[in-house]
Amino acid sequence: MLSEIIFYGSSVALISLGIMIVLTKRNLIKMIVGLSILDSGANLFLISIGYINGGTAPIMNENWSVVVDPVPQALVLTAIVIGVAVMAMALAIVVRIYEKFGTLDIRRIKELKW
Amino acid sequence: MMKDWFRNIIGVIIFVIVGIFLYSVVIHNTFGADKMVLGNHYVKDGVQETGAQNIVTTIVVLYRGFDTLGEVTVLFLAATALGAILAGFRDKKKNKKKTRASLIVSITTKFLFPMIILFGSYIFIHGHLTPGGGFPGGVVIATAFLLMFLADPYAFVSEKKLSISEGTVGMLYVITGLVGLYLFQNFLESFLPTGSPGTLLSGGIIPVIYVLIGIKVGSELTGLLNNLREDENAI
Repeated sequence: MLSEIIFYGSSVALISLGIMIVLTKRNLIKMIVGLSILDSGANLFLISIGYINGGTAPIMNENWSVVVDPVPQALVLTAIVIGVAVMAMALAIVVRIYEKFGTLDIRRIKELKW
Repeated sequence: MMKDWFRNIIGVIIFVIVGIFLYSVVIHNTFGADKMVLGNHYVKDGVQETGAQNIVTTIVVLYRGFDTLGEVTVLFLAATALGAILAGFRDKKKNKKKTRASLIVSITTKFLFPMIILFGSYIFIHGHLTPGGGFPGGVVIATAFLLMFLADPYAFVSEKKLSISEGTVGMLYVITGLVGLYLFQNFLESFLPTGSPGTLLSGGIIPVIYVLIGIKVGSELTGLLNNLREDENAI
């Protein structure tokens, strides 16, 4: 029960925190930090859904019979690297935006207002 | 300001909706309960079918090999887009004096660089036996280059060589899949013998593909770091 609260609670907290940062912050760098936090929260959420009580890492061996679900781990393995690359691309776009508008505040960038 | 108030309200509404969805997922998935459906087949028959000990690797490379090819393509596109977005940016920041890192850092980097490359190669060569694989191994290799860039701002990595290795390895990945298509009528079919599980030469084409992915991810992320450096003496 305690581990349920810790893992589900912290992943939901990370996801909510990321969404709040992305939606309410005005600085583009802070919004990307929020995206990164959201990414970590989603990964943690997938991994903790795949956990099975008493399970070990899904590396088959004679000594271990109970293993955790390998499918979410396989998904998250690639998602982490893709997340890094997409984050770097977003930062590159921010570099270009700063070069053009001279500010990172989205309230002052007229073309990006919502 | 009126707009800010409106924005915050919409933020809170979306926040609540996402929270409700997450809660409905959590309430149907008790933590630690056995919920495996698809995973059961992989765990039971994976080792016999493929000969690889690490089930995660088996899923990434064989059962969902096409998906992994797509993910590698996404990574390639992100790295290429970053290069395209930042093209021409570094020309404006010429003649900026850079301070080198201290002697301790630069000497230590010289010793650590080959070790980190070796460790990354170890991770992706043993991907079918131990935790790890091509993606983490490639990232470890990229960290070696990051350390080099941090220690010496004038360090030079040829972008041409990086793109050549990246492209060759990506083509070899597709060719490996096409050989499986030719021999067994299935794209990315494992055409090599499975071997005995637990040894280095086992798992069919898993080690081959993971070495390719490791080199590809390593050179892609190195190119990405190279593009993100403030200015460069190459161009």
